[in-house]
Amino acid sequence: MEKIIEVCHLQKFFGENEVLKDINFSVSKGEVVCIIGSSGSGKSTLLRCLNLLEQPTSGEILYHGQNILEHDMSNAVYRAKMGMVFQQFNLFNNLSVLENCTVGQIKVLKRNLQEAKKTAMEYLELVGMSGFIDARPHQISGGQKQRVAIARALSMEPEALLFDEPTSALDPEMVGEVLKVMKSLAGSGLTMLVVTHEMSFARDVAHRVVFMDGGIIAEEDTPDVIFNNPKNERTRIFLKRILDN
Amino acid sequence: MVVDANSSFFQWVIYIIQNYWPLFLRGAEVTLIISLTGTIIGFTIGILIGIIRTIPIDNNTHILKRAVYKVVNVLLLIYIEVFRGTPMIVQAMVVFYGVAMIWGIHLTTFVAGIFIVSINTGAYMAEIVRGGIISIDKGQFEAAHAIGMTHAQTMAYIVLPQAIRNILPALSNEFVINIKDTSVLNVIGVTELFFQSKSAAGNNYRYFEVFLITCLVYLVMTFTVTRILRYFEKRLEGPDVYTIHGSQTVPEAEIKIVGRQ
Repeated sequence: MEKIIEVCHLQKFFGENEVLKDINFSVSKGEVVCIIGSSGSGKSTLLRCLNLLEQPTSGEILYHGQNILEHDMSNAVYRAKMGMVFQQFNLFNNLSVLENCTVGQIKVLKRNLQEAKKTAMEYLELVGMSGFIDARPHQISGGQKQRVAIARALSMEPEALLFDEPTSALDPEMVGEVLKVMKSLAGSGLTMLVVTHEMSFARDVAHRVVFMDGGIIAEEDTPDVIFNNPKNERTRIFLKRILDN
Repeated sequence: MVVDANSSFFQWVIYIIQNYWPLFLRGAEVTLIISLTGTIIGFTIGILIGIIRTIPIDNNTHILKRAVYKVVNVLLLIYIEVFRGTPMIVQAMVVFYGVAMIWGIHLTTFVAGIFIVSINTGAYMAEIVRGGIISIDKGQFEAAHAIGMTHAQTMAYIVLPQAIRNILPALSNEFVINIKDTSVLNVIGVTELFFQSKSAAGNNYRYFEVFLITCLVYLVMTFTVTRILRYFEKRLEGPDVYTIHGSQTVPEAEIKIVGRQ
């Protein structure tokens, strides 16, 4: 299948600290990949490197075969193709729910207001937030904010959507509504890369699960193999610890 | 009404008000115009400097760009330090007589007054704006970058609207300070309220009576301005009310949600 992103020998240092050590992996069109692993294993850093929110120290990130770390490609153009959903939602506080979903379309994709509103409404409908278009971010709940954040990312019609622990900052009773939306997106054929601690989501929805440990990809395989028959000892220990809780 | 040395305090006050009210009014007008214009221009200077001083520069930035940025930054810092570290009354003297001597430019006292208040306010506002920008959550920048906005777009549509709303109280504070501090411009002969009061007092040798009236005029101005600006600050916080469109059973329903959480 057509590869959207391919990562080669990616390395990231924070000062002396090597957070990512020689990462190689790829995401194909329509694939849902979950990245799991304990805190500090480099999952989020990897995801943030893919959207250039962190600048990799060395290595290559190929987008349709083209290295985005070379300066002939604008960061902004590439980022618009990679949607991002944050742990802390990061809705624009000065804008209403609807404006959150239209501002990028208008300013970055240069769509007109009518078109932008139409697209935004379509995706707000999809995440079940079309009733709240006039609300401000501080007026809605965490789960609602995250659903708006997903609609905002989708409104840009990205090629892939990156999720950075999208449910970790939510109250337990709101996790379900966000996972439900993500499940339906996965079912619609969207390319998704999800850093998560929700093991049931990874098991049920992912096509492939990547287990990271200490800055390397320790194991990657189908959810069935990872959860039922892991080959790597560290994967086994991690899953046992997390599933026992 | 005729007054003499034996007239009472109140007689003098009434006499001065009756005979000199146009003078006070003109002085108050000049004071307001200079402080308002100076605050607006100073705020603009502050925003520009705040934006420049928060441009992200890292190791990937071109070396020439970095060098230019460093030089500009140092110049801006010197400007901020000099104008925050010296009294405006001294700045007024240096600027007014300095530009005349060095460049041969003879500013009218009015223009010089606006100029001095502007650059003085600019120096203060620059740091306030920078603080306002820095205090905006990093997530707002990241989310804007993630949907493909450039740094300029992020600032214009996401960060500055939030930062400016946060620094509005500081801006109105600066305006009130300027209303009071323009009084120092009398040293270069700007005909603002203090200057006019001085001539009214000098004509009659009545300093206490005149300046008590002056005091009241200043108080009325600062009090009114504070109330007006507070009203605008409140309105800029955005609506307390929003509508939920539709419900699961009645699609055309509208529910008004009042009050903030």
